Amino acid sequence: MNFLGRNRKSANSAKERLKLVLIHDRTDLPPGMMEDLRDELIEVISRHINVDRDRVRIQVNQDGREQQLVAEIPLKAATRSRSR
Amino acid sequence: MTGRKKSSNNSSEAAGNGKVITITSGKGGVGKTTATANLGAALAAEGYKVCCIDGDIGLRNLDVVLGLENRIVYDVVDVIEGRCKLRQAMIRDKRLPELYLIPAAQTRDKSAISPSDMVRLADELRGEVDYIVIDSPAGIERGFRNAIAPADEIVIITNPEVSAVRDADRIIGLIEAEQKGPAKLVINRLNAKMVQRGDMLAPEDVLELLAIELIGLVPEDEHVIVSSNSGSPIVLNEKSRAGQAFRNIAKRLAGQTVPFMDMAADDGLLNRLGKFMGRGG
Repeated sequence: MNFLGRNRKSANSAKERLKLVLIHDRTDLPPGMMEDLRDELIEVISRHINVDRDRVRIQVNQDGREQQLVAEIPLKAATRSRSR
Repeated sequence: MTGRKKSSNNSSEAAGNGKVITITSGKGGVGKTTATANLGAALAAEGYKVCCIDGDIGLRNLDVVLGLENRIVYDVVDVIEGRCKLRQAMIRDKRLPELYLIPAAQTRDKSAISPSDMVRLADELRGEVDYIVIDSPAGIERGFRNAIAPADEIVIITNPEVSAVRDADRIIGLIEAEQKGPAKLVINRLNAKMVQRGDMLAPEDVLELLAIELIGLVPEDEHVIVSSNSGSPIVLNEKSRAGQAFRNIAKRLAGQTVPFMDMAADDGLLNRLGKFMGRGG
């Protein structure tokens, strides 16, 4: 729906800030806890696969009134032989 | 909905056909009381029999907005505690033949009433009127729980501001958790010029964030304060754009399909004058 034509200024930052605030309000997940979650996920996954730690991204996305935890976990190329 | 049955008390199945609409917001000061008064008045002007209930025990206000403050004898707590009959607490608005108000108690607090008291009161009213419009207090505590307990439909009022939208989202979540939803949204105090400048959240932004159905857009309008000064509902003012917006919402609540107003027409007279003069030379 587009009720009014417009260009954006402070309204844009209001929307972006609200997006994040609502996600944390709805999931009861404080922003700081996302860091812990990220670290723990990397630790668990690293036990099985070689993860590119610096490029791991974890975020909560909004889909209507539903939240999704989306993790992007790039893997490092396997180094040579995997001993069996 | 106009065909009414006589109340036979007790259970909600046995109660009349009246529909309960609760107006709530989370945040204070976004226009709940104004919306309740005007939706009640607009429904009454459409020919329905309507009773508004002020659910803000201890902070009574719907009476002054409706201009009925001098006629209060009994209040909602008197009804619930059995000190008067339901009809005795229903103040009839003389301007609109079928509009009634049950005022809040001013010297009590929200704990004087429980959610089940409100359900019982609403069930009794269902047999008397077509619509029961409840003005919820701000907040998410007892008063809010009381106000939504009997609701068939919940209307959330918000303003296009970060704090009001955030609180509206919280309320939507609580209503979902109580399985009272889906609630419908009214965006109040929309300033078209600010939206066009990019300095106010646009209706579509608010809808994207809250992801609930829109039932009304109300432009910011000085008439709202003028009409509350004199205690006359703004829907009775044909010239007011906010009044028009509330009349449209009332029609939608009553099941009619009404297109949304053109918010950009807000600059009104000045704009039209400008165009006219420009054309003239």
